[in-house]
Amino acid sequence: MRYLPLTAADREAMLATIGADSIDDLFVDVPAEARFPGPIADLPMVMPEMLVERDLARLAKKNMVAGDHPFFLGCGAYRHHVPASVDHLIQRGEFLTSYTPYQPEIAQGTLQYLFEFQTQVARLTGMDVANASMYDGSTAMTEAIFMARRITRRGKTIISCGVHPHYLHAAQTLCRFTGDQLVTGVPTLCSAPPTDDLADIIARIDSDTSAVVMQNPDCFGHVADLSGLAAAAHAHGALLIVVVTEVVSLGAIRSPGEMGADIVVGEGQSLGVGLQFGGPHLGLFACNHKHVRQMPGRLCGETVDADGRRGFVLTLSTREQHIRREKATSNICTNSGLMSLAFTIHMTLLGETGLRHLAELNHARAVETADRLAAIPGVQMLTPRFFNEFAIRLPVPARQAVRDMAEMGVLGGVSAARLWPQLPDLENVLILAVTETVSKADIDALVRALTEVIGSEYSGA
Amino acid sequence: MSMTATGRPSAPIGASQPSGITFTGNKGLMLEEPLIFERGSPHETGVDLEPVPPHTTRLAGLERSAPIGLPGLSEGETVRHFTRLSRQNYGIDLGIFPLGSCTMKHNPRLNEKMARLPGFADIHPLQPQDSVQGALELIHRLAHWLKTLTGMPAVAMTPKAGAHGELCGMLAIRAAHEARGDARKVVLVPESAHGTNPATAAFCGYAVEDIPADSRGRVDTSALLARLGQDVAAVMITNPNTCGLFEPDLKIIADAVHAAGAYVYCDGANFNAIVGRVRPGDLGVDAMHINLHKTFSTPHGGGGPGSGPVVFSAALAPFAPLPFVEAADGRFHLIEEETATAEHHERSVGRLCAFHGQMGMFVRALTYMMSHGADGLRQVAEDAVLNANYILRSLQDVMSAPFAASGPCMHEALFDDGFLKDSGVTTLDFAKAMIDEGFHPMTMYFPLVVHGAMLVEPTETESRANLDQFIATLRHLAQRAKAGEGAAFHSAPHFAPRSRLDETQAARKPVLSWMPPADKRLAAE
Repeated sequence: MRYLPLTAADREAMLATIGADSIDDLFVDVPAEARFPGPIADLPMVMPEMLVERDLARLAKKNMVAGDHPFFLGCGAYRHHVPASVDHLIQRGEFLTSYTPYQPEIAQGTLQYLFEFQTQVARLTGMDVANASMYDGSTAMTEAIFMARRITRRGKTIISCGVHPHYLHAAQTLCRFTGDQLVTGVPTLCSAPPTDDLADIIARIDSDTSAVVMQNPDCFGHVADLSGLAAAAHAHGALLIVVVTEVVSLGAIRSPGEMGADIVVGEGQSLGVGLQFGGPHLGLFACNHKHVRQMPGRLCGETVDADGRRGFVLTLSTREQHIRREKATSNICTNSGLMSLAFTIHMTLLGETGLRHLAELNHARAVETADRLAAIPGVQMLTPRFFNEFAIRLPVPARQAVRDMAEMGVLGGVSAARLWPQLPDLENVLILAVTETVSKADIDALVRALTEVIGSEYSGA
Repeated sequence: MSMTATGRPSAPIGASQPSGITFTGNKGLMLEEPLIFERGSPHETGVDLEPVPPHTTRLAGLERSAPIGLPGLSEGETVRHFTRLSRQNYGIDLGIFPLGSCTMKHNPRLNEKMARLPGFADIHPLQPQDSVQGALELIHRLAHWLKTLTGMPAVAMTPKAGAHGELCGMLAIRAAHEARGDARKVVLVPESAHGTNPATAAFCGYAVEDIPADSRGRVDTSALLARLGQDVAAVMITNPNTCGLFEPDLKIIADAVHAAGAYVYCDGANFNAIVGRVRPGDLGVDAMHINLHKTFSTPHGGGGPGSGPVVFSAALAPFAPLPFVEAADGRFHLIEEETATAEHHERSVGRLCAFHGQMGMFVRALTYMMSHGADGLRQVAEDAVLNANYILRSLQDVMSAPFAASGPCMHEALFDDGFLKDSGVTTLDFAKAMIDEGFHPMTMYFPLVVHGAMLVEPTETESRANLDQFIATLRHLAQRAKAGEGAAFHSAPHFAPRSRLDETQAARKPVLSWMPPADKRLAAE
């Protein structure tokens, strides 16, 4: 076996050193009825590299690759161009094959990029500090709800109906057992045309409210000014948690921090990470100085070494499970280290100039696509204020339209029914994301496919 | 200065000898690297983007106008920055990384290549299911491997790391109790457990009670059995445990736990020791997470990402989270909230996270499993255990191994600081001295059940020659410590990019993001 260096002679000599007759002697503590005499059946045996590669390549070919088709999916995962140097750098063995930097003297590479990552995320979100990453945006949001509860000592959280349903469901799963109360409504903003539900949410905030959770842009692409909501929440002693699923938007839209957010969580896969069929992605988590000791996850901080040189260490670990055990702020241990490196490299390549340019390019392409689609007879635009994602209402069920477009080679968005299957009102709603990867020809292909799908189903209905 | 024929000084160099201090702070190939905030500028960029076409903004007054403060670098400078940083890191690719409980084994590069196939990496989680049949098939195939290797009937693939898997398993246990109207409040956790275990149980709303270890490094079976009762929801147990020992009573414990109406959660972090030789399903386990980034070698990546699928017994399977993949009619179906009721999975605890799990890690893990095969995986466990015992027996005379007398260890060898008694050298000092010898230290001060723990997990991918060098080094260090050379240990490491870092200062005045020096001075005032 190509990864196992011991030879038969090695094994024999080592057993002799140990004083064991056979390898079975080392497994004596296993009860007899649980010992397997040979390799577990029903699984293949050792396979040469070439054959493994051939087999998996065959599997990969069964999938419709985003980059091979006009592609317009978003809803929490966005396809952006990742510069070639990002993937080269994250594959350096010193990054790829290192561990959590618990021995800081020989992990300054990891620690310094974490410090850079934390700084970049803090600035992007407009907050004071960010942690060294969470699993993904959805789990980060649940952790933010719990953090707000620890700060406010209140148990009720109001969640906007514009929050990604998967994020909401992930929070509901845990809150069912923790006793946290989640208040949410159906997406009123999809009664066409969508309206802000801000007034409704503000009306619900009371002295039991721990936090209000808003996604911006929301799952339909709608961009809102949350300043008034922040003020209303603060007036009641509640916190504002803002969820950002498309970080490129922060190059164009006023940051959550500027709008008064207390905790900002997000999904960072747009920069450096890619689609990955949904994972691994990158959870972002930021807040202000005064709440840092209630934060979940690892934090990297600056210090000096014994010779007075600047260096970095993991810090404030008395919040964490390996020190505090059942009193920890979270049970998280492994996070998304390598993905945060990819993010930081991509962000460094962009710089502020590149990020703003990228965001503007996304917006321009989305505006063009929206205008072209709105001109198709029967299509109604639902999101007047958007960044790179918007919702439209079709005259036909969107789910079938998406499948039919895929048959025609166009990956034409996400049907709202995929995410809100229980809401008949949303049956005809299609959500499309448009990034810099979309070309003019892609937009033409989308318009053609959608026109045809609507046309055929319209007449057939 | 007079030179020899080969250009070397013929006499010792005098006052002009290098002092150890250089003008740049660099030393040959060891290059100091400032932060990007100190070397880049917001006007610099390493990407060329297409021009922005004319358009009318739809942001209506919400544009971000204030400077963000994000410096950029050209591509070349970006590559240099991160390459220089990488060289201040230790990784498995550089040498033995014997971090106990972490399973730092070789990361095969085929895994990386496969995970980057566009058919796996460049697909969207919400594409129509017909367009991702290969991806769903891969998840289904990996699930089959995991179920077969563990002898368990069901598996939840979505947990994002080990601790997330623990959460998944404990939520299912809680849901199972609630389904029978049984509101139990207590979870028993051995004191040798990973910190994630009690943290997870508390996260799920349980009260945590410790169960002590016995003198042989195992959970105290009689104490555990005595504590079982109507209020105990589950026992969380690690097997092999964090002392590197197999829990021989696990089946007896599991039977008693089940008789008391509770469930057994097994922390599968140490599955590497038994993969292919023992199926946890045969030991009465109800739920166990598997760290794909440990046993199945998806890289640790400096702290993540991980992946923590959870296998379930038949009793807990109905409560497994959504979504999951099922095969039917020659197709692979993703069962999500919408179809769950129709498919009779209405008792599921629900969704744990967005989308379908760590696909990139799934590809790597399956690649690793297929490469080894069932026979190779069994050899993995055997070699991992052999290597650990080789270390244990080769060092037990100069270091102190508290449980060595109780028999063989599994995949990791545990030492305590008894051998350093009266030497003035601590476990921390000893670990830092290992850095000077070119090794990553072992896990320090964990598990908590022995004093000054040093937990060594060599893994199966170290050769005998590597182990011999490692053993010889530790013998040498142990002898030096005992010989009264403590001072050299206290100031170690001497040859790392940094000497010991002041963790107290970092925690007392946390500096968690970069500020321009002027702002920093202001903040300090």
